Amino acid sequence: MREPFDNLRPILVTLNLSVLVLIFCFGYLLIGDQVVAMFDQPKPMDMDAYRASAATAAAEDVDRIENGIHVQSGLIYAEGFDIVRGTCTACHSAKLVTQNRATREGWEQMIRWMQETQGLWDLGKNEDAILSYLAQHYAPEEVGRRANLDVEAIEWYVLDLE
Amino acid sequence: MHKKDKKGIHELYAEDPLAADKQLWDREPLPNTRRGFLKKGALTAMSLVLGAKMVHAEHFPAGMIPAALAGSDQPFALPGKHPGLIVLNDRPINAETPPELLDDKLTPNDRFFVRNNGIPPENVDLSTWTLTIEGESAAQTKTYTLAELKQKFTPVTLQLTLECGGNGRKEFNPPAKGNQWSTGAVGCAAWTGIRLRDVLEDVGVKSDAVYVGYYGKDTHISGQADKVVISRGVPIDKAMEAESLIAWEMNGKPIPMLNGYPLRLVFGGYPASASGKWLSKIVIRNQVHDGPKMTGQSYRVPCKPVAPGTKVPDEEMCIIEGMPVKSLITFPKTGATLRQRQALPIRGKAWTSTEKITRVDYSIDFGATWQSCTLEPAANRYAWQQFSADIRFPEIGYYEVWARATDANGIAQPMLLPGWNPRGYLNNACHRIAIKVTA
Ligand code: HEC
Repeated sequence: MREPFDNLRPILVTLNLSVLVLIFCFGYLLIGDQVVAMFDQPKPMDMDAYRASAATAAAEDVDRIENGIHVQSGLIYAEGFDIVRGTCTACHSAKLVTQNRATREGWEQMIRWMQETQGLWDLGKNEDAILSYLAQHYAPEEVGRRANLDVEAIEWYVLDLE
Repeated sequence: MHKKDKKGIHELYAEDPLAADKQLWDREPLPNTRRGFLKKGALTAMSLVLGAKMVHAEHFPAGMIPAALAGSDQPFALPGKHPGLIVLNDRPINAETPPELLDDKLTPNDRFFVRNNGIPPENVDLSTWTLTIEGESAAQTKTYTLAELKQKFTPVTLQLTLECGGNGRKEFNPPAKGNQWSTGAVGCAAWTGIRLRDVLEDVGVKSDAVYVGYYGKDTHISGQADKVVISRGVPIDKAMEAESLIAWEMNGKPIPMLNGYPLRLVFGGYPASASGKWLSKIVIRNQVHDGPKMTGQSYRVPCKPVAPGTKVPDEEMCIIEGMPVKSLITFPKTGATLRQRQALPIRGKAWTSTEKITRVDYSIDFGATWQSCTLEPAANRYAWQQFSADIRFPEIGYYEVWARATDANGIAQPMLLPGWNPRGYLNNACHRIAIKVTA
């Protein structure tokens, strides 16, 4: 004895399942954040935060130079740039380089320190070019015992005290 | 892959840079110049290969920070962190908090500064994370799971200030190498965990113990799997203080990944580098701990004062064992303009590794006169203290508000940079903000 609806059954089951899935999705959208927050474990690392911007930054921007600065690394674009970029961004970002200022001797000491303690290799023939680039473009400036506040850089705003 | 066929990229470059260029990137110098880098596409190839493939090879945790971004100077948000943080370096991650984002009584987790020396561990599994205590001066070697640490020992919550030893490095002249921290490598949070001394006593500390050192699960940025990134510590007396914690919570939440999740040490009053993150091992030493960044010039200052720019031999450098008295104006943000009839409310934080801050003063005339601020007591030792004041300005014009904290021993912050030291530590010069008063 076959019920007339028997052949509909698989379809109904599928429909029911889809409705359940939909309800779950809606529920998740509504309260998912709170439920997740209850567990409150930081994601080991939110990689997407990096990837999103990386994807856009990747292709076209890599070669861009603006006002003499290689935009992607922040390094000054001048003779020796390619070797410095190639060598000095292998472990850390170029930001560690561009933040710092030193004489040729000071830069040489930093390189020796990285070679002795941080696994930096012998730079061979390139060392001279690297040091010249660094000493020329990232040289110390005389600022005295305490510099003025950088008044040019201050963004003035009206303080709302009402 | 046959090793002899594969030459390291640096080897190739050392031998002949131009030939290496040709071989690796199919890149040739333009005629009459040596500027091979102008050739279209070469940079792309080079950055991708150099940054991601050749150097880090198989060791490097893939996808930690994409190669395309690793050398980037573009602003971007750090995972779990406030977008207002200033990123000094994105590999390894180092970011500081602007003063106006430190106005909360306790620094929220997403605003707490980050000073990473290496790459944080990925895929932390709480059920398998363990802490091992060993060393010459440990009575035994003992390993605890996280659950055991939480069950066995009495939990405590303390407000503890952490400040990077190099906070303020940016101002030293001649410049000191390293991340150029301005004012924001500091924060104060409520840390929940257990007392380090309870755990040390459970293991047993021999009478010859001198120092305690830590090891964490972060990995070296060079990709060398077995290279310890940083392993510092504190003298045994400091380890035994009631405020020295092994913590798993920060402001009632798990510690952020970038700040040491799931387990870290917290030693208030010491350079924050002593407070090991991603903590997996503690060694009880019968000598001063000698892990990476304990020795040489790292986190050390000249034992005797030196003139700016002096080269100081390693053996004349002494370990920093306390952060100096310091303060920060957290409201308003520098650059405020107001009317002369208005009083300016200021707020800030003051902290010290000594007993406590006893007064904070402000000056609007570059130190010619000082007025006292209202100062709140600390919640516990090593917590920062809040101060506030209302300031009236005598006439219109440009002003700087300077704040100066003084501790219980009468030691105050200098207005100029304190003693120059080769690595640029311990700058506790007064903080100042710019104000314009209009009619
Ligand atoms: C083998 C890996 C590696 C390479 C390649 C490398 N460095 Fe470093 N460098 C490091 C490590 C590790 C640190 C410490 C990072 C930290 O503490 O945050 C560092 C730190 C620095 C610092 C800060 C100094 C300090 O004391 O913290 C500067 C400046 C620097 N590097 C410049 C360079 C320059 C210039 C080059 C190219 C010649 C270079 N690096 C190449 C590994 C490397």
